[in-house]
Amino acid sequence: MIGFGLIKGLLVTLRNLFGPIFTVQYPDKRAGIFEYAKFRNKSISRIFLDERKNFFLAILNYVKIPVRNEQFSRFRGNEFVWYDDRCTACASCAKYCPLGIIEIETHPGGENLQAGENYEIDKFSIDTGRCMFCGLCVEACPYDALHMGTDFEKGTYIRDDLVLDKETLISQKKNPSSWFRPQFESSEYDPWKESLPDSKKAGRHEKPTDEDIKRNWVNKRSKSE
Amino acid sequence: MAIRSEPITINLGPQHPSTHGVFRMRVTFDGETIIDVEPIFGYLHRGSEKLAEERTYTQVVTLTDRMDYVSSMLNNQGYILAVEKLCDINPKPRGVWLRMIASELQRIASHLVAIGFLIQDLGAWGTPLTYAMREREKILQMFEMLCGARITNSYLRPGGVFMDAPSVFWDVLDSFIASFPKSIDELEKLITSNEIIFSRTKGVAVLSSKDAIDASITGPILRSTGVDWDLRKRDSYDYYDDVEFDIPIHEAGDNYARYLLRVQEIRESLKIVEQCKKNIQPGLVRPHHDEVPDLLKPPSGDCYVAIEGSKGELGFYLVSDGSIAPYRWHVRSSSLINLTLLKDMLVGTLFGDLFVTFGSIDINMGEVDR
Ligand code: SF4
Ligand code: SF4
Repeated sequence: MIGFGLIKGLLVTLRNLFGPIFTVQYPDKRAGIFEYAKFRNKSISRIFLDERKNFFLAILNYVKIPVRNEQFSRFRGNEFVWYDDRCTACASCAKYCPLGIIEIETHPGGENLQAGENYEIDKFSIDTGRCMFCGLCVEACPYDALHMGTDFEKGTYIRDDLVLDKETLISQKKNPSSWFRPQFESSEYDPWKESLPDSKKAGRHEKPTDEDIKRNWVNKRSKSE
Repeated sequence: MAIRSEPITINLGPQHPSTHGVFRMRVTFDGETIIDVEPIFGYLHRGSEKLAEERTYTQVVTLTDRMDYVSSMLNNQGYILAVEKLCDINPKPRGVWLRMIASELQRIASHLVAIGFLIQDLGAWGTPLTYAMREREKILQMFEMLCGARITNSYLRPGGVFMDAPSVFWDVLDSFIASFPKSIDELEKLITSNEIIFSRTKGVAVLSSKDAIDASITGPILRSTGVDWDLRKRDSYDYYDDVEFDIPIHEAGDNYARYLLRVQEIRESLKIVEQCKKNIQPGLVRPHHDEVPDLLKPPSGDCYVAIEGSKGELGFYLVSDGSIAPYRWHVRSSSLINLTLLKDMLVGTLFGDLFVTFGSIDINMGEVDR
């Protein structure tokens, strides 16, 4: 019968009209009074006394609260988490990056000063404006010093602001993602709830000592040569 | 007495929203009938093949993501299979099952996009597209669990996948397998028996199987003309021999057949995902670094590996000169070759059918231009 297929389709849309809402509002969403009270962490009467206007807006479901959508913990966000005290300046990350946007400058230095064994990092910068967040650098880091971050609202007006230099990397919030870091997935850690400023917890092992590095990188190589 | 008319040439694109990217056509009309179509592409050329020549084999995986950006997992799979053949790597079974799950999910997602945009091009603004995107979203969320990204996955590595799936992934996959048939039924109810869609797509832009084979067209377009050709069966790769699935075939070769075939393929892909999930065993997902080093140095030689992508035969040709980077990397992109018969399909149809046909071919400019 002509027209039957059309009606069948319209019934589907009609049923979905009353179904659950699938889209999410971002970056703000409209909230009711209960949600708003929970967001402000106040009782409803307190809101009535303190914020009369927002109270009435909330009753009308018209007050706005910011939403932060949570991704899965492996999410590769557009910032990096770097622990300077874990990094040995081996530059594996810089070599692995397909775009060559990680810049590392070092000079021999540190506690155990013997040329080639210990490095002081002068410069460590990642140009996230050109980064494609493939995560290969994180995969390459043998000392779990570099991690993908989970933050993603990092838009700026100036391109140069996207370059994460050493100071920014040290000072910014550290919410490492569990991309290529199975130790985070087996633990309770959730990058969307807590940050991880302690570098000891971030890695599978302690920062290697100078002896370890020498054994791994100098002695083994001289044997094989 | 017929009205005397003169042919008129119109330029469509490259910024036209219906051209699925930056695609340009010079179309000549006689009244409303198309008498000539000249496709012009190259607006999205990024030189991926050249870029690969100075990157290591693992780094090139990130370039394949950006070719056909609605089916990155399939691109990853084709490329990785080529690398594995070149370097003679034995992949780990769990890794292979995982990448089969990922690529079949990606095929579903890609077909959903194709269907959604086909109906969108017909003029059904929004509604069916939103339904298709809603289902695709679930798949992208699963990809996020697997690899932290939704579009540019870079999930596969030579020898398997980069990391095992998290335990929560399996629960989500279970509920997806359980609920998805219902969603696709719903989408079909909305579209398949709709009379407007019948009249707009049935018998429009018919392609004969001879023409399709002569132009080496592959994928759903070839199968919609009645040719039983699917590389998953014909030249089986990974473990496709161990799973059971059918290959839907249609005889009509018109826009409607292409749509219907994609819906049926989605159902078959879901069957494959289900079986992969049953067959998967615990184990390593990629070989240890001692077996397969991170920095691959294949012996000199070349190889060609083709997989059944969502849009047709997706082939990767790699030439190695024994160094850490490919000497030459060439992609046989199905979208580009499927476009070659655009003129034959369109001549004689009306202006309104142009974009519908274009949507039903389902090309992706990222793959056409690379
Ligand atoms: S995520 Fe990829 S592109 Fe970005 S710095 Fe790391 S390796 Fe380079
Ligand atoms: S790979 Fe890791 S340890 Fe080496 S330089 Fe990069 S961040 Fe530091």
